[in-house]
Amino acid sequence: MSGKAVLAAYATRLGDNALVLGQRMIELVAASPELEEELANANFSLDYLGQARMFYTYAGECEGAGRTEDDFAFLRPEHEFRNLLLVEQPNGHFGDSTVRAVLFESWYVLLLDALTRCAAPGIAAIAARAIKEVRYHVRHSSQWLVRLGDGTEESHARVQASLDNLWRYTGEMFVADELDTEMLDAFDGPDLSAIEVQWRQNVAAIVAKATLALPAGQWMASGGKQGRHTEHFGFLLAEMQYLQRAYPGAEW
Amino acid sequence: MSKQEWPLYEVFIRSRSGLSHRHAGSVHAADDEMALSNARDTYTRRNEGVSIWVVRSDKIVASDPAETAAFFEPAEDKIYRHPTFYEIPDEVENL
Repeated sequence: MSGKAVLAAYATRLGDNALVLGQRMIELVAASPELEEELANANFSLDYLGQARMFYTYAGECEGAGRTEDDFAFLRPEHEFRNLLLVEQPNGHFGDSTVRAVLFESWYVLLLDALTRCAAPGIAAIAARAIKEVRYHVRHSSQWLVRLGDGTEESHARVQASLDNLWRYTGEMFVADELDTEMLDAFDGPDLSAIEVQWRQNVAAIVAKATLALPAGQWMASGGKQGRHTEHFGFLLAEMQYLQRAYPGAEW
Repeated sequence: MSKQEWPLYEVFIRSRSGLSHRHAGSVHAADDEMALSNARDTYTRRNEGVSIWVVRSDKIVASDPAETAAFFEPAEDKIYRHPTFYEIPDEVENL
């Protein structure tokens, strides 16, 4: 792949993670247990949408085929999305969404940190902006994990089950594919094995503080980065893309 | 499960360095950390602040509205406590 093509594909993947998690969180709007949590969730999902817009716009520029952010978000089929399987998992109950956020954001914040130092100025600039938002998200979601894990007997049991269920989607975050390797070699991108070491430390510390047990020795699901998604993803896209599919070119 | 209301916290925000914190409103939260998060998410979304204080509402000692007269009225008729009560002679230059 040419340098521009690597950047376009890599930025698209970053945009996909942000967009899909943002869309999942938007599904929770008006369903939060407390008003203050409602505002936090809506804010966070807008942060992700904003990041997706920047990544897609940048990807479109690198690609040079005239595609806009909307083309990336609304007019691509399922297999062209390269987000992690973790972010497309259904919201479930509050503990499920919290664990999903902790596992993903602990990784994402390390990835963005590495990207701020990469040799692709466009991506580094977006990462520098996004990391400020995500640092706060991690703080928020980690606090909730500790509260739930170290809360009542019921909340502890339920959030432990969430952790056990979602753990299998963490493996692919650290498996470098061809694109990760090209990004690392050509643009001094993130080294996923270094990120894995740091992630394990950070997550183990949060999980221990939450008095939960770290799952171990599980089979790991993968395929998101190659466009092979879980069965939940099609439904998410169908809802998100409905308007552009039914009324092509519709605008505000 | 019984629905228990979280305690109320009062939120104070400093909008710029150098200014003092001002009361912005209140939030519900289960603990101090959450109160700070909730205050941030509720009251500083549009770039309103550089510093936040939160304090549990039941920790605030407040004057009793029924005692307003005893508390505040005695000051009303003592206009000589305002500097504007005094006429400054023209000869005084640097005051």
